[in-house]
Amino acid sequence: MAPLLQMLLAQTRSEMLRRWRTPAFSLTNLVLPVLFFTFFGLPFARQTLPNGTSVGAYLLASFAAYAVGSVMVYGFGIGVAIERGMKVDLLMRATPLPPAVAILAKVLNALAFSLLSIVVLILYGIVVGGVRQDVGVWINIVVRLLAGSLPFIALGFAIGYGSGPNTAPALANLIYLPLSFASGLFMPLHQLPGFVQRIAPYLPSYHYGQLAWSAVGAPSEPLLTSLAWLTGYAVLFLAVTARVYRREQSLKFA
Amino acid sequence: MGDAVSPAPSSPAPSRASLPASPVVELIEARKRYGPVEALRGITLTIQTGEIVAMLGPNGAGKTTSISLMLGLRQPTGGTVRLFGLPPTDRRARSRAGVMLQESGTPGVLTVRELIELFRTYYPSPLPADRAIAMAGLANKADARIVTLSGGQRQRLYFALAICGNPDVLFLDEPSVGMDVEARRAFVASTQALAVAGKTIVFTTHYLKEAEELARRIVVVDQGLVIADAAPRELMSKVAAKRVSFAVTQPLPADTFAGLAVSALDASNHRVRFLTSEPETVLRTLFERGVAMRDLEVAGADLEEAFLSLTHHRGQP
Repeated sequence: MAPLLQMLLAQTRSEMLRRWRTPAFSLTNLVLPVLFFTFFGLPFARQTLPNGTSVGAYLLASFAAYAVGSVMVYGFGIGVAIERGMKVDLLMRATPLPPAVAILAKVLNALAFSLLSIVVLILYGIVVGGVRQDVGVWINIVVRLLAGSLPFIALGFAIGYGSGPNTAPALANLIYLPLSFASGLFMPLHQLPGFVQRIAPYLPSYHYGQLAWSAVGAPSEPLLTSLAWLTGYAVLFLAVTARVYRREQSLKFA
Repeated sequence: MGDAVSPAPSSPAPSRASLPASPVVELIEARKRYGPVEALRGITLTIQTGEIVAMLGPNGAGKTTSISLMLGLRQPTGGTVRLFGLPPTDRRARSRAGVMLQESGTPGVLTVRELIELFRTYYPSPLPADRAIAMAGLANKADARIVTLSGGQRQRLYFALAICGNPDVLFLDEPSVGMDVEARRAFVASTQALAVAGKTIVFTTHYLKEAEELARRIVVVDQGLVIADAAPRELMSKVAAKRVSFAVTQPLPADTFAGLAVSALDASNHRVRFLTSEPETVLRTLFERGVAMRDLEVAGADLEEAFLSLTHHRGQP
């Protein structure tokens, strides 16, 4: 049998090529966070919070969290649904490629693309917004957001296996955009309506944002609290994914 | 598909010398039910190394379901399915099989070469990519993105993907659908070259000529059962081997053929045609029943007609 590592590397490379050559994904994921930061962040980039944290850094952290989440939710949600619609899964299923390797390759590709997306955003914030932080802070944001992205990977897969190529984009938007807004990723929570402020602490993206906000020194909840919430959501979304995945497999391959 | 390129010889089965080699494919009383529909009603079939087998049958007969079971794409609801003596989902078995499926899709933004290079990494001893591309007749499209391929070229790509792993067995489900005449001829040549190299080939087809041309064994499937399994020549001698036709001046009464062993009966336009394995008996009875026929012809049926008579017999009381 062919070595699995060789398969994984080739599969990941192929996923990256496909992502890169699909501007609907690559441009959206790279450009939108920068645009949002331009509209919502640049005007305040040089201000500071009462505790001394740079507002620019705070907003960059917010949009970095938005960016990684969107790579995961849109990438897996729409990408998997389209592949299923084109029956690429049928083609791959008859090969010796283990499904786990195929999925891992998608995850590695999404992590690489998320990394690229955050780096582009942060460089833009530094160069255009004049935001200044230690390199260690930026690295901390990147590491935390990549490591904490599992709930969004699972949410993406749940959308991808649970909906068709026509409904997936709408479903991903309907779920992810309100989540991001209501969690304070676009504008600080205290500027949002009261009922949204009360709902926010129960949302996965709120706790995901906390990972990034605490990295730049903004007031935030303890790290363990964020991790506990994110783990809980990861388990929940993985359970949903497992359910829709099994239903799909039993329809197609039983 | 190119002509001057020959495939690599089949690699020897990695079984221990003391054990007899497993058959390539083994179906024992395999059944498959989709909800209320019983697609396969107990198929027993053994395919040995080096055989070239055509699965022939009308739409919905169970050909694609049979192939899906052999590949582990579907699980039988009864009976046993083995590929190289293993469950077909086993990676060791899959590593020795190449597949061309109806209706599967490809990631369109990759080029032909990129996708073939990717598939090569799935197999332990693949063909060089250029050779697979040449054998499929895609040399001039190697660096084209898959979305730009025509339907026929896409079939060639699927063929290239099926052979690029240098598999011991090839499963081709309706391989020549969508190919133009030239592509089909080339496909037949490539498949024959693979057969010469000792590969086992299992394919389904609607083109009876293709089955006759390529296969050394034809398995006729109808309504979920194997109704014939023989070499093309033997199959033809076994079944309704004569085509009878004659002209009539008067339309025939409805009960003219009552109790007679005929099939594929067509009595329109004053020209009566049917297939039978007992032309003498049938004609004697028709004369006795007072049928006035002119321009009588009795000829050996070709495979297409033999096949028709096999599948039509079953539908009659």
